[in-house]
Amino acid sequence: MLKKAKNYKPWLSAAFYWWPISLLTLLLFFAIFGSWIAPFDPDRQNLLARLKDPGFEARGAVYWLGSDELGRDVLSRVIHGAKVSISVAFLSVILSGSVGVAVGMAAGYLRGWSETILMRLVDIFLSIPAILLAIITVAVLGPGFINVILVLSLTRWPRYARVAYGQTLTIANRPYVTLAHAMGASAPRILVMHILPNIVGPLLVVATLEFGLMVLFEAGLSFLGLGVQPPTASWGSMLSTGRNYVGSAWWIATFPGLALFLLVLSANLIGDRLSDRIGKGHG
Amino acid sequence: MLRFLLQRGGQALIAVFGVVTLVFFIQRITGDPTALLLPETATQADIEAMRATLGLDRPLLAQYINFLGDMARFDLGRSFVQNASVEEIIVSRIPETLQLAAGALVVALLIGLPLGLLMALTKGRFISRWIMGIVLACQSMPTFWSGIMMILVFGVWLRWLPSSGTGTLSHLIMPSIALGLLSLATYARITRSAVVDEMGKDYVRSALARGVGTKRLVTKHLMRNSLIPIISITALELSQLLAGAVIVETVFAWPGLGLLTVQSIAARDFVVVQAVVLLGAFVTIFANLAADILYSIVDPRVRLSV
Repeated sequence: MLKKAKNYKPWLSAAFYWWPISLLTLLLFFAIFGSWIAPFDPDRQNLLARLKDPGFEARGAVYWLGSDELGRDVLSRVIHGAKVSISVAFLSVILSGSVGVAVGMAAGYLRGWSETILMRLVDIFLSIPAILLAIITVAVLGPGFINVILVLSLTRWPRYARVAYGQTLTIANRPYVTLAHAMGASAPRILVMHILPNIVGPLLVVATLEFGLMVLFEAGLSFLGLGVQPPTASWGSMLSTGRNYVGSAWWIATFPGLALFLLVLSANLIGDRLSDRIGKGHG
Repeated sequence: MLRFLLQRGGQALIAVFGVVTLVFFIQRITGDPTALLLPETATQADIEAMRATLGLDRPLLAQYINFLGDMARFDLGRSFVQNASVEEIIVSRIPETLQLAAGALVVALLIGLPLGLLMALTKGRFISRWIMGIVLACQSMPTFWSGIMMILVFGVWLRWLPSSGTGTLSHLIMPSIALGLLSLATYARITRSAVVDEMGKDYVRSALARGVGTKRLVTKHLMRNSLIPIISITALELSQLLAGAVIVETVFAWPGLGLLTVQSIAARDFVVVQAVVLLGAFVTIFANLAADILYSIVDPRVRLSV
């Protein structure tokens, strides 16, 4: 043990680094230009071509990844599903991140009573398992695109608050912050101009890892029928159908799941690499 | 020690109170939860009757105090859909979920710990990177997808294992693996960083200088000192497993608390959903409390930092 680290080939390391980014870019491309790339309309049913194998040909059109129980093209639905997954995850990261960072920074800078109350609130939110909190809230509000984003943000803001709070505590005592305060800068100005730029690194790491988690949560809610509603193509609901046809049509569940897995994996790999570079400090 | 116990216990109680409050107000977001508590077939008369039983005609504050009172008496209410007390319904499902969680924990520990150790010992070398890749893959695996893929391969194609239901040990294998993968990743990461931390310490260097072999160094020195973070993460994992069970139980038709939650949402049996959520939160809070106390016994310095 404790052998000296060997240097492996640089191109291999570069490949390790670049493939998650290229994959993420590809899926982003699908999400934005999906309707031009997809060979079929994702909602068009063809009851004569139900549950067909990958590669099935009907009237000159090829179902590359097969068709589902209503004869819709699985490939087109996987491509369109990227839109739901990525937009829900992205928007909930932005929303929960902004709320969480604001709360965490306020608690870390103001201290005193607001610190106690805000951080206790964070603890309370964190003590309910996130997916359960999401399920109960979405069951009350009802499913749908906007509600899923709201619910995911409601469950995940405390994570950012914890990190922003911890980071703010260490930065707030730095001489330049004290100096800014002495020169009469207001609290919001100090927070935004002096503290935020210095804590953005660890927050970025959290946001990247959270992105992967949000993708999983959205798919989980859709899988349970609580996410974006049919007929809109979403990977989670495709998996839920696929579960019922696993004996007869394996492709319905396999491909959206693979897309989901690759998206989350690339987000996690990027987050991991970022945290190695930027340093720890995420909770 | 007493002061420490009182302080941590007090914090846990505040958290319990906060969770109950949060769950109450979430259900009032839309104003009137009656619709949530009744099946869709309910008549207007049913709705009025339910409103009266729940006291929804009274002010919000009075309802809230009433709810707190019920919770303090551990009165979880009554399910109108199943026509049984929520307590009975929940208690009957707990053993199934515990079995599943235990199975998942075994999978996570048996694979996660050695992987983490191996990563720490080969740190900086290529093999460590590959293992980390595997661990990240486990972490990124949607449980419902890995579950379905296992059903496909081992249940449908190879016919080695039953693809749903419960009863025998072979029923437990696939759900445990599906649920355990995420915790496996967590354990591997925690073990890796704990062992790496320990490896940099003086006692390890002096043990190496004394000529202690790798095997002895790992078992006698490294693992023993790395155990504390591993134990304390188990408290957090318990609640993760309970939450993960919602999806895994749905995939495998495993009749535990998770499947109960999903069925109850579909049946609009909201009192049951609420009870499961509260249970999940309480398990988390008390597991953390237990971990804190255990921690303070193992490492008395923790008490002083209060």
